[in-house]
Formats: sequence, C-alpha cells, structure tokens
Amino acid sequence: MLSAGIDIGSRAIKLVLARDGCPVHEAVVDTGTDPLSACRRLLCDFTCDQVTCTGYGRHLFQEHWPDAKVISEIKAVAAGATTLVPGCRTIVDIGGQDSKAIALDPAGKVQKFVMNDRCAAGTGQFLEMMATALGCSREAFVHAALRASQGRKLSSMCSVFAQSEVVSLIARGAPRDEMALGVHQSIASRTAVLAGGVPLEAPLVFTGGCARNECLVRLISEALRLPVHVPVSPQTVAALGCALHSVA
Amino acid sequence: MSTDYRPMWKELGLDLDAHDALLGVLGPLYQQTFMTQPNRPDGMKYFDFVMSEVHGLRIQELVEARKAGRKVVGAFCTFVPEEIVLALDGILVGLCAGAEFATGEAEKHLPRNTCALIKGAFGFALARVCPYVSASDVIVGENTCDGKKKSYEIFRDLVPRLHVMDIPQVKSPEGRALMRAEFARFVAFLEQITGRDMNVESLKRGIAAVNAKRAAMHRLARLRAADPAPISGLDGLLMNQVYFYDDPARFTGSVNAICDELEQRIARQEGVVRKGTPRILVSGCPMAVPNWKLPSIIEGTGAVIVGEESCVGERGTQALTDDTGRTVDELLDAIVDRYLKIDCAIFTPNDSRVEHILAMAGSLKADGVVHYGLQFCSPYQIEAGPVEKRLEKEGLPTLRIDTDYGQEDVGQIRTRVEAFIERLRG
Ligand code: SF4
Ligand code: SF4
Repeated sequence: MLSAGIDIGSRAIKLVLARDGCPVHEAVVDTGTDPLSACRRLLCDFTCDQVTCTGYGRHLFQEHWPDAKVISEIKAVAAGATTLVPGCRTIVDIGGQDSKAIALDPAGKVQKFVMNDRCAAGTGQFLEMMATALGCSREAFVHAALRASQGRKLSSMCSVFAQSEVVSLIARGAPRDEMALGVHQSIASRTAVLAGGVPLEAPLVFTGGCARNECLVRLISEALRLPVHVPVSPQTVAALGCALHSVA
Repeated sequence: MSTDYRPMWKELGLDLDAHDALLGVLGPLYQQTFMTQPNRPDGMKYFDFVMSEVHGLRIQELVEARKAGRKVVGAFCTFVPEEIVLALDGILVGLCAGAEFATGEAEKHLPRNTCALIKGAFGFALARVCPYVSASDVIVGENTCDGKKKSYEIFRDLVPRLHVMDIPQVKSPEGRALMRAEFARFVAFLEQITGRDMNVESLKRGIAAVNAKRAAMHRLARLRAADPAPISGLDGLLMNQVYFYDDPARFTGSVNAICDELEQRIARQEGVVRKGTPRILVSGCPMAVPNWKLPSIIEGTGAVIVGEESCVGERGTQALTDDTGRTVDELLDAIVDRYLKIDCAIFTPNDSRVEHILAMAGSLKADGVVHYGLQFCSPYQIEAGPVEKRLEKEGLPTLRIDTDYGQEDVGQIRTRVEAFIERLRG
C-alpha cells in the first residue's frame, strides 16, 4: 500500500510517500501563489491508496481531495519525530511562519504544546527578511553568523522594526557577521522562551525548515541546555508523520 | 424583519447608515454560525427570534417601558445587581461590545493596547449603532479592571448619564463593607431617578425574578452534563448572552421550555453530537454578542462545548441570592453576599475561580479546558498561567488561547484547537 503525507506550509509544500510504512520518496516545492496546483503536480505521478495532509493549507487541500485525512501539524510532526528518533520527548519546530514546542509522554503521545503568536517574529520568515536586509543569501547569512565571535543583539523582534534597525546599523558600519549572529541569537532565545511553556526533556528533536540552519541548531541547543537531534531531512518530518498516519 | 424600525432608530439618535452596515454583518454571521448547526432543539427558535429582533422588538419594548415611566439601566458587568434594578421597576440590559466597530474612532480616545471589549464599547457608542446605549436612561460603570475604570472617566462624556460603582478588589470584611455601601448608594441613586422607594416586597420580587432566571440556567447546565450533549455550546452560549437583554420572566420561561425538551432528548439518548465526542469547558473572559469566534472554531473541529466558566456563563449566574431576609437591609446584605461570590479575576487572590473550574469540569464531564483570554486583559491573561498549571496538575488538559475580535488569527487558533482535540482523543 502506498500512502502519501503532504504538508502544505506557508513557504513550502512537502511530500513524503511511504510503501507499507517505509518512506520511499520525498519532495519539497515552493508553495508559491497557487498551492493547489503545486500539490497536484507533486502527486500526479503516483497512485496513492491514502493521502493525509497537514499544514496551514490542509483544509483547502481537503476540499479538493475529499478522501484525504486531515491532521494538525502538531500530531503530524510528533508522529514523524518519534519514528525518526524513538523515545523522543520534546520537539522544537521552526517553520516558515510559525514555531512550536511539543512535549511527548514516554509513549509518544502529545502531552502539551505551545505555538508562537500571530506574528512572524522568531520564524524562518524573520531570518529570511534579516538576510535580505543584510544583503546576503540564506547560506551566506548562516556562514556569517557562524564566523562571528560575538553577536550584536537587535532591540526588537518585530520584523518591521528589526529591518530598519539592521539598515541603520549597516549605515553606521556595524560588522555584518555580528549582526547575523545577533539575529540568530534573538531567534534562539525567543524559541527558548516559547519552549519553556512545555516540560523539556531529552531526547529533543529539532524539526522544520530552520533546523537546517547549523547556527540555529547550535544556539538552540545552548539555550535549552539539551543536545539537539536534527533529522536528515528536518523539513519533511511532518509530511513523514502524515504518510505514516495514513497507514495506521 | 417585517416591521420598519427605522423611525424608532432615528428617534433614538442612531446613525442609520452605520447601523445598517452593522446589521448587514450581524445577520449573515448569525445565519452562518447558528442556523447551519444540525439537530438544534426546537426551543432555540425562540432565541433565533430574539436575536433577529435584538435591535427591533426588544428595543421597542424598552422604548414603550420608558414611556410608561420605567427606567432602563445599561451595564457592562455582572457586578451590577439586577435585583435592585428590578425592585425599583427598572430594566437592566447588558451592553454587549462583542465586535469590532469603529475601532479607529475608539482609538482616538483609547490607546491601541486596550482590550477589545472596552474598545468595542467605545466603538459602538461613538458610531451611534447600539440602540441599547441610546435607550438607556443611565449606564452603570464599575471600577473593576484598570482598563474599565480608567475608560469610564472618558466614557462619561460620550453617554447621557453614567453612574460609577466602586468594586472591592479583595474579599475581606473591608471589601464587603465597601460593596455594601456602594450597593446602598446605587439604591439611593435609582430611587432618586425613578422616584420610587425600595421596600421589602419589591426587593423580594426582584430577587425572585433574578433567582428564577439563574435557576433555569443551573437546570440547563445540569442537562448539558449528559453525553451525548443535548445542545451545542454555541446555543448554550447564546442563551447566556440573551440572558442580559431579554425580559427576565419571558427568558426564564423559554430556558425552562428548552430544558423540558432536552430532558426528553436525554431520555431518548439523543444529542447534537455522537456520544463520546470530546467535551470542552471554556473558561475566561466574557464573550458578548456577537463574539462567537472561538466557540465556532472549537465546535467546527468536531468537539462540543459543555459549559462556560465566564461572566456570560456560570460565573455570572452561579449562586442564588438568599431571599429569606425580613428587612430591606437584610436583603441587601444577602445581595452583597451573593455578588461577592463572583470569582472575577479582578479580585486578589481569586483562588475560588480555579476551584469552580474544576468543579464544573467534573460535573459537566469535560475532557479539557480552553482558556480564553482577551488580548490586553491583564486580570485574566495573568491568571491564565496559574490556572493552567493547576488544571494540568489535576489531570485536566488545558489550552490557552489569547485573542481579540479580529479574524486574522482564525487559522492559527484552529490549528491549536485541532491539535488540542487530537490530544484529548489520545
Ligand atoms: S470579568 Fe469581572 S469585570 Fe468583567 S464582566 Fe465579569 S465580573 Fe465584570
Ligand atoms: S476583558 Fe479584561 S481588560 Fe477587558 S474589560 Fe474585561 S476584565 Fe477588563
């Protein structure tokens, strides 16, 4: 049996296919302005016995794939993370527009979760905006941060204020590397505050697109004082959870 | 609406165009929120009718009552003792402020970080779209939260007449004495504007009318404990909302009629949802008409709300007033005792509230609690932390939602609520 898990995020759509519970294929595309067509393109080559969706576009997706099951991102990412790291007790997930922390009980059931408030502060989008303000690519931005020996903290986490602050700091000749590290530090400390809303226990898994960011992984591990596991493909963990949910 | 109420609205000084715009939003919102629910009890037709006439027939009744010499008292809070108003032949109406309206106008008077309820109240008054404000002879303010007590200083100039009541912050003997003195001052104030005198008979009549209304709500609450739930949370909330507008006796009769119907449903094991549907208790800030946002999201995810620990709910209707006193003073003492039991977050400490939440969750067989805080409401948002900790400790899963009247966070709230319901389903 071939089951599909699709995670329709604000920035990217992630697909994982599993045959009899084993992942066999994954794909990531930009959400763009027409998420439904993007989903169609992702799925058109496969004949799936079951489709489960999650992410902010999940209800829209279900309107067009009425047989699809819908689960929340929290359940999806929990299912994915416990498969990849058995016994996982805490998940920190930072995606394009939201961040969340999830505590699992020893059996892998969701015990408690918290999510960021409505604005994009502390999410992938914030990182991207700051990279743009500093005039770097995403990769260059991370490398700059890793190079810096000290960070220059921003006084605001509001993306609008932070952007103008960065622009004026550049004008005053502040070192880019330090600002890049400062932005990462802000996100890490914000995430630590959020994660403080759930009981934190090891093993901790860091998922979502931002978990590919080496600098953030290091800082979050420091801020939470826990070793952090990052799956090989952190962005598709929720989609994996969906694909496996389809089997269950 | 068949009758043309425009002349009446005009006479009340409403801005007819703005008022049309408001009704143009409310009508469809009501249809979409309430009329699409499956298996509603027949008795809800009465409440649908009341809501369809909320700016019509009910206002006409108020206008006529005023012509007959009765006074209409508008209030924003459950601390305003309805027994006293009724005893002096007055009519108490709740001023809802459950929607964003003329927020820009309101923000000319208030900082942006004021809770949506207060901003809503200002918006409605400033835009002249609330016939209840216009039909009130006097509006009663209360020194409860900082937001309200400071706002009344400004609100005073926007309404014809405002009476502000001081409310204690501590349930001590001194606090009780303050409330007692303030209720006595309220009696004197109403006696003066109504030209009537308070006496034992009239006060007992007032107490009886309000107690009957509360008792009917208690009966409803007991029936909502059944699984499958015999009535939706939205309809339950609606009844709690109409509680503040309707004629007390007629309201009591209508609630009891629904209760009769629900008893039959329960006997047949019938409900609005399947047995075993996750059951939610909502707790927190008041939800005034037409603030149905969070309950619609919760019930839209397939859960059912079985109770409201809120001022528009059991915090407001909780205890009866002892009617055994033999003098006006004794009866006023009993009224004060009853109102001092309200476990509003403006009190410090307010430990009885979490006990009440736990008791409600137990008797209503709730699987989880959704704590609803209005953004910028310090009393409830601050209290939410310890409340959540305690409930979780007692094994009651709790989800905290802080929001306002805007629609832009509906998607996010829905995600949280869905995940919470998944957690309850295990
Ligand atoms: S929450 Fe407190 S201040 Fe607000 S209506 Fe209720 S009793 Fe009044
Ligand atoms: S919701 Fe909170 S801040 Fe707003 S009026 Fe009520 S108690 Fe005050």
